[in-house]
Amino acid sequence: MTDLALPAAAPAAQTASPAASPRRRRRALAYLQAAPLALVFLVFLVVPLVLTGIVSLWEYNEYEIIPALTLQNYADVFDGCLSADLCTTVRTYLSTVKFVVLTLAITLPLGFAIAYFLAFHIRSGTVRMGLFLLCTIPFWTSNVIRMISWIPLLGRNGLVNDTLRTLGLIRAPIDGLLYSDFAVVLAFVHLDTVFMIVPIFNSLARIDRRLIEAARDGGASGAQILWNVILPLAKPGIAIGTIFVTTLVMGDFVTVGVMGGQQIASVGKVIQVQMSYLQFPAAAANAVVLLAAVLLMILGLTRMIDLRREL
Amino acid sequence: MDQPRGRAFYLLAAIFALYVLFLYGPTLTILALSFQGPSGGLTFPMNGVSTHWFAKLWEGVGVVDIWAALRRSLALGLVVMALTVGIAFYAGLAFRKGFRGSGLVFALAVSSLIVPSIVVSLGIGLEFRLLDDAVKALAAATGWGFLQDHGTLMGLYTSALGAHLTWTLPFGLLIMFAVFNRFDPAYEEAARDLGASGPQTLRHVVVPILAPALVGVALFGFTLSFDELARTSQAIGGRNTLPLELQGLTTTVTTPEIYALGTVTTAVSALVIGTALGLTLWLQKRRARRALTGL
Repeated sequence: MTDLALPAAAPAAQTASPAASPRRRRRALAYLQAAPLALVFLVFLVVPLVLTGIVSLWEYNEYEIIPALTLQNYADVFDGCLSADLCTTVRTYLSTVKFVVLTLAITLPLGFAIAYFLAFHIRSGTVRMGLFLLCTIPFWTSNVIRMISWIPLLGRNGLVNDTLRTLGLIRAPIDGLLYSDFAVVLAFVHLDTVFMIVPIFNSLARIDRRLIEAARDGGASGAQILWNVILPLAKPGIAIGTIFVTTLVMGDFVTVGVMGGQQIASVGKVIQVQMSYLQFPAAAANAVVLLAAVLLMILGLTRMIDLRREL
Repeated sequence: MDQPRGRAFYLLAAIFALYVLFLYGPTLTILALSFQGPSGGLTFPMNGVSTHWFAKLWEGVGVVDIWAALRRSLALGLVVMALTVGIAFYAGLAFRKGFRGSGLVFALAVSSLIVPSIVVSLGIGLEFRLLDDAVKALAAATGWGFLQDHGTLMGLYTSALGAHLTWTLPFGLLIMFAVFNRFDPAYEEAARDLGASGPQTLRHVVVPILAPALVGVALFGFTLSFDELARTSQAIGGRNTLPLELQGLTTTVTTPEIYALGTVTTAVSALVIGTALGLTLWLQKRRARRALTGL
């Protein structure tokens, strides 16, 4: 269950029987079998997104949303952005992007190192499976629980502060450990590294070992092999992991809320707050902007890596 | 790859070990702290060892009915699990045969992973609100009695279920792809040559061979649903699932009771997953035994 195949590897139609009628029946059967999946995505993804786009253009007041076209919601999102100071939206996005960059800066090398270790240094398949399971077991606990489990460690009277004080390294407890940017990034690394490990591992596992042998026979050093052979071949996995982590962090409102002590702004949080005040069109406009931002980032990533060719 | 372990191995092994420690450390801390004595607080040191906070938890946490929320989450998780396995399995079969529009459906599945959860959640919330409005308008226009006391269509098994499926199905589908990639069609051909019908081949050949993978999909489906928070947040209606209640509790509960709750929920998912893994092993063993005895 750990080695997810990349989509391009999905087998297309193959051995169709020569007779025409069974083939047609077979194709009809395929539509029937795919229908539930398509239906779920239609009803719970496509229609909702289209409606979000439409409602983002509607007017609203305190009581109801009014189906009348307006661009006011978007004007509100970017209110004041043309002046010299940074507007709230831009500041919020900057803060969110900062978390994306910091989280990526840690999860990417960490995820790669772990995936590399599992793929190249563990020789037995059973051991590899066991170690993989070891990495996924913590995910059986709820996200929220895993977040609050940092409190006894990082809190003012937490384990870290206590230890440092006992060792005489600090006098007063460090306050910034919990409910801070640091805590938010720590939680993201804690929650999301696995989304980096799995796709990178998947890419590494598909590398033909003979390529590495050939590079070694050709006189390449370990570092050269890593840089010129393994890394380029691992790019699709790296791209998929990066897209995953980016999306998770961009849209997050729970981790930032809980670990930031509800003090740090994030795009997801803005949407959630607007929903709770029943300002649906405003929330929808923010959602459209967020979606556009995420898609732009992904587009940038795929440009950089040329995912299509790699797949 | 048969050289002696180099420096790189030990360095990477150390990184791996530290990562595992980092993963487990916090969870183990709250596991320990949930057994805090009655006068103990949210941090170390432990003031004695007791099951006091579990007893408190049993009595209920504040105004929130945590057990009802747990039951709801479990029930929803099991329904999501069953649907994920069924839908992903048949979709996997369909993709294997190939059909027009398969690229589009696959793109939809992938975008479901890429669209931020809060956006999906908001969209589904909006959709159901608009549906409610439509029903109300219809009720006002027609005066039909059965529409008059319509509350909301939003609920655990409508909007929340859909929201969860948008998260579990893409994973299920990807696993099915991986599985079918390694599936040897010769087994099916053999069955067909022996005169088995399509459904018979599926039931007696394909499903038994894929059983462990299907259990894997089920596990994924259940865990993803049981933990899901962001996608459910705006799409759940009146009654919350456990993660949502938990999120609310993080700001109000300041006793080890919440750690006890963490321990209990972890135990529940461990139980479900342990059962499923046990089932897989049992299936594999049974298959091996049957292969040996020729049954």
